[in-house]
Formats: sequence, structure tokens, C-alpha cells
Amino acid sequence: MSTFPLTGSQTVGPFFSPALLREGARRNVLILPETAGERIRIEGCVLDGDGIPVPDAMVEIWQANAHGRYNHPADQGSAPLDPSFLGFGRSGTAEDGSYWFETVKPGPVAFDRDRLQAPHICVTVFSRGLLNHLVTRLYFEDEPANSEDPVLQCVPDDRRVTLLARREPAGAATVYRFDIVLQGADETAFFNV
Amino acid sequence: MNTTTIGDIVRGDREVFPPYLYEAYQSTRRRAPTLPLIDVPLTLSELTGPGPAISAIIPEDADLTRNAGTGGEAIGQRIIVTGRVLDDRGNPVPNTLLEIWQANAAGRYLHKRDQWPGPLDPNFLGIGRCVTNEDGVYRFLTIRPGAYPWLNYPNAWRPAHIHFSVFGPSMLSRLVTQMYFPDDPLHHLDPIMNAVPTEQARKRLIAAYDHNVTEQEWALGYRWDIVVRGPYVTPFESSASGEAKL
Repeated sequence: MSTFPLTGSQTVGPFFSPALLREGARRNVLILPETAGERIRIEGCVLDGDGIPVPDAMVEIWQANAHGRYNHPADQGSAPLDPSFLGFGRSGTAEDGSYWFETVKPGPVAFDRDRLQAPHICVTVFSRGLLNHLVTRLYFEDEPANSEDPVLQCVPDDRRVTLLARREPAGAATVYRFDIVLQGADETAFFNV
Repeated sequence: MNTTTIGDIVRGDREVFPPYLYEAYQSTRRRAPTLPLIDVPLTLSELTGPGPAISAIIPEDADLTRNAGTGGEAIGQRIIVTGRVLDDRGNPVPNTLLEIWQANAAGRYLHKRDQWPGPLDPNFLGIGRCVTNEDGVYRFLTIRPGAYPWLNYPNAWRPAHIHFSVFGPSMLSRLVTQMYFPDDPLHHLDPIMNAVPTEQARKRLIAAYDHNVTEQEWALGYRWDIVVRGPYVTPFESSASGEAKL
């Protein structure tokens, strides 16, 4: 059906930050005071095949709101929109490879007419040296619905753990840790989408 | 260029998208995934995306010759870069955000990690953004970037290029790529461009000079269309059909 051939991907290179992480383009904080839902903080590092932090990566996230509704016209579900929640985040990585977001835990969204997906956040990774971005998902390790999630079930058993954000010992906020390993034995499971 | 090891891990169409490992581009070596990508059914999460919502709130900033806030104009050959964003059925992608960045006319980026001795231009930031109109048309006014030297191999120079980031309607349409200029002798030496696997796909990264875009005593015109994956799924891919690949 692809009558129009696609435009190929190229790396973001090393110099994207003034454009893609400028004021207004950088979106570490997805929430406003009035946003509904359980506050969570996501923290992690992007690491290369030698375990060295990647200081020039960019992580984007896309998620449903706390009710399980995407801020998008294709989501015709009955869960309410939250006018104070867009659902998109974009973080650069620091010298130590770290990125972070402040958001709410997403509600479950539909898989098909009968089944829900486990709560998850779509994650996209860009960096110098990545000729095409990487696509994966963040799931929550303490979420019982994970065992029934039809996307997570596509991931081989021994790699599923790479998609589970670990709940950190509680401080003031709930922190989930999600490291992204580009290459190697602990390589994050990336998707062909 | 010597032969290079090319990996077999590719996301998307193998005729179009580069492999993650392309050894001639050295930075891929320790950053390319080595395990197979996982085929998953497309769900509401992939068929939605931030494009519509984010594009509605980001202000345009499409004149790179004057957006440094100095009151001065960037040095260089003034150019208009315009074209359409289409999906893979040829439908225009309206109201979608494009973000661009580029070197100045001397080939220097305004970035702390770019320290080669090319001159900076105080009137040029090299960043811009634009939202496509109802027909999917975007238009930037900028200056032609210079070639950029890098340390990938001895005497390596990147062909002149403009980086583009595009959202489109869904997660499937997200694209970051680079636009090149026609008739550049550096194209065949560039491992980033040549990581795109086919001649046809590489040609689609090159803008065309268009005299109808050129404006008298003002700017040269270049036309470059961008085609992104539409939010279409075959029944085999879709979870909504009940035939998910499980």
C-alpha cells in the first residue's frame, strides 16, 4: 500500500540540543498542579555497549493520562481527557547519561475490544550514533496486569525485565528507575515499529 | 571509502532505513543494538502520538536569518527551503511540527561541543521550527550551511545538510533525518548518508533546486518533500482486528 516511498532516517548527531531541547521544546515536567493522577518521577541513564553513559542522547515519552486516555483524535475511548495533561515528554541526557521526567502514572488503555493493556509509557531514544531512533516501552514492575499484557508477552522471557521500571525506595515522591541499555548483555528490548 | 561492516538490525523498511550498525560511522559501534528487534502488534499507543497536541501549542520560528534576536541578519547565501510532508499514501500531513537545526555558512554549529576553528556568526543560531499548513506545506528561510569537518576518519567532512525532526500524526510517523543539497561532491564520502541502503532512498534525502521557489534579488529556492509512515495498519498488524501477532 505504500505508494509513496518513505523518507529515510538519519542520526540526530551531536548538535541537536539548541533546537530540540530549547526552552519550550524540552519537556521534563508533564504535569501541572491540577493534573489528575498519581505523581511519579521517572529516572534513568542511557548507557552504551561498554556501559559508558551516553551524554548526548534524547529520550521522548508518550503516554495516556491517569484515566487511560490519549490526548489524540484517534483515541475515541470513554475515559475522560485531562485538559492539563498533554502526555508528551522530552528530556536530554546529562554528562552522566541521566534523564528524568515528572509525570503521572498512566491508566490502562485498550488493546482490543475485550482486553486492556497494562499501564505503560512509550519511549523513543535518539542519539549521535543512532542512525534511526529506538522504540521501546516502560512498564511498571509492581503492576499485576503485566503478566497479561499482549505486547509484553511478545518479548522473550529473559528480556522482559529490561522493560520493567524498578520502584525505588520511597522518598517524598514515587520514583521509577528505567535505564536504557543500547547494546550488550543487558540490552533493552527494542521494538520493530 | 573502504568496505564497512553493516549490521542486520534495522527498524522499519530495509530498503529505506539504515541499519543501526554501520561501522564506517564510528559512533554506531558501541551504540547499535545487537539483539533482534521485537515485532509487536500495533495498538492505540502506536497509532496515537504527540504530533497533533504538541504541534498546536508550539509557536513558529521559521526565519533563521533573523531569529538570533540581535536585530542583525545572518551571513551567507539566503535560501528558501520548502516542501510538503506527506504520508505513505500521498496524503498531506497538515498542522504538524518540524524542528530544524544546521551549521552556519562557514560550517560551524553554535554548540559547546563544536570547537573547530570555523567562524561563528553572532546573527545565526541555526535553529528553527515551522508547522505545516492544511496542505502539508512547510517553508523555512535560512542560509545555506557550509560543510562540516569531523573526526570520523582523517580529513572527513560532512556534506552540507539541515537536520529535520518531524512528528506527523502518530508514533509511527516520528522521523528525524537530514536534508542534503544537490551536486555536493562530499555525498559519496559520507558514511551517515551512505548508511541509507539504496540509491533511490539516498536520493530522496537530497533537495532539488527549484527556480519557481527562488525569489528575485532575495533568495535561492530548494524543494524537499518528506514522506512519513501513515497511521495505517494491515489487519495482521492491528490489535483492533482481534488478529494481533501474539
